[in-house]
Amino acid sequence: MERNNIRRQVALMRQSLFTQGYLDEQFVQLEELQDDTNPNFVEEIATLYYRDSCRSLQTIEKSLEKTPHDFNKLDNHMHQFKGSSSSIGAKKVKAECQQFREYCRAGNGEGCMRTFQLLKKEHATLKKKLEAYFQMARQAGPIETASRPK
Amino acid sequence: MESGFSSSSMGFMENVEQPHVLAVDDSDIDRKLIEKLLKNFSCKVTTAENGARALEFLGLGDHPNHCNVSKVNLVITDYCMPGMTGYELLKKIKESSVMKEVPVVIMSSENIPNRISKCLEEGAQMFMLKPIKQSDIKQLRCHLMNCRS
Repeated sequence: MERNNIRRQVALMRQSLFTQGYLDEQFVQLEELQDDTNPNFVEEIATLYYRDSCRSLQTIEKSLEKTPHDFNKLDNHMHQFKGSSSSIGAKKVKAECQQFREYCRAGNGEGCMRTFQLLKKEHATLKKKLEAYFQMARQAGPIETASRPK
Repeated sequence: MESGFSSSSMGFMENVEQPHVLAVDDSDIDRKLIEKLLKNFSCKVTTAENGARALEFLGLGDHPNHCNVSKVNLVITDYCMPGMTGYELLKKIKESSVMKEVPVVIMSSENIPNRISKCLEEGAQMFMLKPIKQSDIKQLRCHLMNCRS
């Protein structure tokens, strides 16, 4: 009984991550890759993402502190970061990355710094939500998720 | 459709039950992802984090050897990598007398027509837009095995 309740909660948490725009279709792709041989695939990818992205964010932050801004360098760093965010399906984070890149191209340092703050916030929010989601999912135990025909 | 195809199909992977793919990408996440995607389609996968390591594996590095050459059925590489780009890696493979027949697929997160045509002209078999999905790999296998749906 209890397990069913947890499973329901997990499903609701998952659904809200999509409806609130935190995750996109790419996350579903990751879920579809999770199987018996890789039962924790999604969480592993998420962990890898947060490990890598923290480093990337630190690098970008340091670059932003140097003036005049090297927009080319900033854009390159952000291109990489946007790529990983896209690979995990981090929709809001990706959007901020895109905005940041546009400010880089326009040579708008103020815009970059403002967007970077928003980006960090989105990044942190998603991390919290995913951690909570994975923790709950682990409690619920293995679920047969409905998978779309390949 | 964002992917680009070259007109010559190699049929290189016909009759190969478990194609051995060398996947090259500087991103940890993308490497893990492409490996899983390929394994799900019955491929044996070796990953490399940059062009230099890839060339070493293929025996085209500083100490040339051909022990891995006959093993690799496909190279799939990211375009944007520090040091050697995927395009440069493609060129090196196509310039090699031993490796030039091996199909090379380029991946990129950016849909830049110039980039795509440049790669195809240099002999890339296919260009795929990131993030790579299962349907892309299915298409890739089909294309390289000369399937026509």
